[in-house]
Amino acid sequence: MKYLDEFQDPALARRLLDDIRATVTRPWALMEVCGGQTHTIIRHGIDQLLPDDVELIHGPGCPVCVTPLEVIDKALDIAARPEVIFCSFGDMLRVPGTDRDLFRVRSEGGDVRVVYSPLDALKLARQNPDREVVFFGIGFETTAPPNAMTVYQARKHRIPNFSLLVSHVRVPPAIEAIMTSPSCRVQAFLAAGHVCSVMGMGEYPDLAERFRVPIVVTGFEPLDILEGIRRTVRQLERGEHTVENAYPRAVRTEGNPAAQAMLDDVFEVTDRAWRGIGTIPASGWRLSPRYRDYDAEHRFAVGDIATREPAACRSGEVLQGLIKPHECEAFGTTCTPRTPLGATMVSSEGACAAYYLYRRLGATPTKLETSPVA
Amino acid sequence: MPDTSPPALDLSGWTCPAPLRDQPRIVMGHGGGGALSAELVQQIFAPAFGGDHLAQLGDSAAVTLGGVRLAFSTDSYVVRPLFFPGGSIGDLAVNGTVNDLAMSGARAAYLSCGFILEEGIDMPVVARVAEAMGAAARTARVEIATGDTKVVETGHGDGIYLNTAGIGLIPAGVDLRPQRVVPGDVVIVSGDIGVHGVAIMSVREGLEFGVEIESDSAALGGLVETMLAVTPDLHALRDPTRGGLAAALNEIATASGTGIALQERAVPVPPTVANACAVLGLDPMYVANEGKLVAFVPRQHADAVLDAMRTHPLGAGAAVIGEAVEAHPGMVVAHTSLGGTRVVDLPVGEQLPRIC
Repeated sequence: MKYLDEFQDPALARRLLDDIRATVTRPWALMEVCGGQTHTIIRHGIDQLLPDDVELIHGPGCPVCVTPLEVIDKALDIAARPEVIFCSFGDMLRVPGTDRDLFRVRSEGGDVRVVYSPLDALKLARQNPDREVVFFGIGFETTAPPNAMTVYQARKHRIPNFSLLVSHVRVPPAIEAIMTSPSCRVQAFLAAGHVCSVMGMGEYPDLAERFRVPIVVTGFEPLDILEGIRRTVRQLERGEHTVENAYPRAVRTEGNPAAQAMLDDVFEVTDRAWRGIGTIPASGWRLSPRYRDYDAEHRFAVGDIATREPAACRSGEVLQGLIKPHECEAFGTTCTPRTPLGATMVSSEGACAAYYLYRRLGATPTKLETSPVA
Repeated sequence: MPDTSPPALDLSGWTCPAPLRDQPRIVMGHGGGGALSAELVQQIFAPAFGGDHLAQLGDSAAVTLGGVRLAFSTDSYVVRPLFFPGGSIGDLAVNGTVNDLAMSGARAAYLSCGFILEEGIDMPVVARVAEAMGAAARTARVEIATGDTKVVETGHGDGIYLNTAGIGLIPAGVDLRPQRVVPGDVVIVSGDIGVHGVAIMSVREGLEFGVEIESDSAALGGLVETMLAVTPDLHALRDPTRGGLAAALNEIATASGTGIALQERAVPVPPTVANACAVLGLDPMYVANEGKLVAFVPRQHADAVLDAMRTHPLGAGAAVIGEAVEAHPGMVVAHTSLGGTRVVDLPVGEQLPRIC
C-alpha cells in the first residue's frame, strides 16, 4: 500500500499550519463530524498544533458511541441465545449495555465473533446451516452499503439463517439537529469524507445555506484534516458558507450511485435514537418491508426491549463544546475509559477519553508542551 | 432529506449508559497482558499466594538459592493456529520462556515442558510441535529437562496447549529491574515492532489480508549476552510480547516512577506492519512481538550498547526510540511526527479493530 506516509509529511503539515495561522484573525469553533477524523487528530496531536483561535469540537460521528443503549441491550439478548452466532466489528464488544457487554456474554457462553466484513458473517451462515447467524449492522452511510449488500445476497441466495440487527445512522439530519440546538457553538463542519464517497455532496448545500455554515468534505490522514481546517477557516474569515470538496481523490459530487441504489433497495429512512442524544427524525435506516424476514429484531422478537438511558453524565455539553471534559464532576472519578459513563468516554477517540489521558499529564491538550521532531 | 425539521436538542438531558464495574467472570482481556491482567494478579493471585516475588510482576522472578542468583519463569502458550508463517507454538514456547529469563540478564539453562493435548489430535502434528521445540532449544542452547503430558476430551482444548518453565543463572553484577530506571536512561528497541502479531492475524480465519509476513519468534539470550558484555550496568530489559511495546513501556514507567518520552518516528515499524495495521484499525505499538526487546540503558553506555546490538543478527535493526524523563512520571508520551504529543496508555484488555 502506498500513499500513507505522503499524507503524513511533517514539512507539508507545517506549511498548512502556517497558512492557517496566517489566515485566522479571531476565534472559530469547527466540528469534525467523524470519529475517524477525531482519531487522527488525537493520534497525531493535531489539536495541539493549531492556533489557539481554532477550536475543534469532536462531533457525534463515532458509530460505536452513538449506537443507543436499547440496541446494545437487544444485541446482548440475541447474542446470549444458544442457537445464535453473533458477529460484530471488534470495537462494539466493549461497549456497555445496561448491565454487561458482548465480552461478558461471550464469557457466559455466548458465541460472539469478531468479523471484518458482513460478508464473512454470511459465509458463516452458509457453513453453519443449523445455527442462526446475526450480524450487528451499525454505523453511518459508510458501513451501510456493505451491510445492504449482505442482506441482498442472503435474500438472493436464500440463506434463511442469516439476519441483520440494524442501527444505521445518517449524518445530514445530525448536522441539522446540532445546528438547531439553541446552545450550538459550531460555526463550520468538516464533513466526513467516507460518508460523502458513498452519498455524494448533494445533501449539504441546503444545510450550508440554511444555517450559513461552511461545510468542507474532509479526508482522514493528517494532511487531509489540516487542509479541511485550512479551507474552513478561509471561508469563515471571508464570511462565506459554501460546500467544498477537500477530499477529491475519494469523493465525487454524485457519490457512488451503485451503493446508493443498493441502499434504496434494502433500507428505508426511519427515526433513530442516538445514544445520549435522543431521537433525531429521519436520521437512520432500517430494513425495508421486502427484507423484513432478514431483520434480527423481527426474527428474535426483541422489539419489546425498551431501555431508558439513566441520566448521569454531561457528554452532550461536551460534544457541544459548552464544557470541557474535565469540568464534569464524574470525569476521572466515576467515569474513566475502564468504566465509561457516557458515549464520549466509551471510545478511545471520544473527547472525554482523550482528555482523560492528557488530564493525567496535568495539562489540557492545547497547553501541552510539544517538542517537534526535526 | 427529511422534510420536517428536527426539534431542538435538549442537551442538558443528555444521558449515559450504566458503567460496568467489576467483571464477575473471566473475560478474554484478563489474558491480554494489559490492565485487566495486572488487576487479576494484584487482586486475586498475589494476595492468595503471599510471598514477595510475584508482586513485582516481572517477566521472571530473580530468586536466591544456596547463595546463587537464579532467574525463574513460566509461561503458557495457547496460540492459534499451531503453525504460522515463521514459527509454531513449539518454538514460541521455548523462545518465550528463554526470553523471559533473558530479561533478567540470565542465560536459560533448563526448561520444563507441559503438554495439554486434545483427544483426537493427529500424532504427526504433535511430532512437528515437539521437533520445533527441540530445534528451538538447540538454537537457544537450553535443555528441556523435565516434562508432563495430559490429555483432555475432545472439545475441551484447542489441539495443543503448552506450558514451559525455565531457570538460568544471573551473572554477577547484573541487576535488571524496572525500578532501576532513572531519568536520562536511553530507550533502545532491538528491531522492527509488531511483526509477530501481524503474522498471526494474517493467517487467522477471517483476517486474511494478503500480507506476506513472518513471525519474529527468536531466542534473545545471545543478544542480551552481547549487550551485557559492553556493560553489566544495563538498567532494565523487557520483551514486548502481549500488549506490545506500549504495554512493556507502561509497565516500566509505572514500576520506576519515571516518565518515558518517545519519538514516534524513531520507532521502527516495517511497511507491511504499518499497512496491515492501517487496514485493520490497530496501532503497531500495541501489537505483540516475540523476538524483540526494549532496553533502558544509562546514557553514557547507550552508543556502545547500540553499536554492539547492531553487530548481532537479532539486533541489526536496533534503534534509539526515546528516553526516561522526570516529566509525567508513570506515563508514556509519544512525540508525533507532526510535532504533537499523545499519551501511549496501557491497553485495557484486548486491542480491538476499529470500525472506522
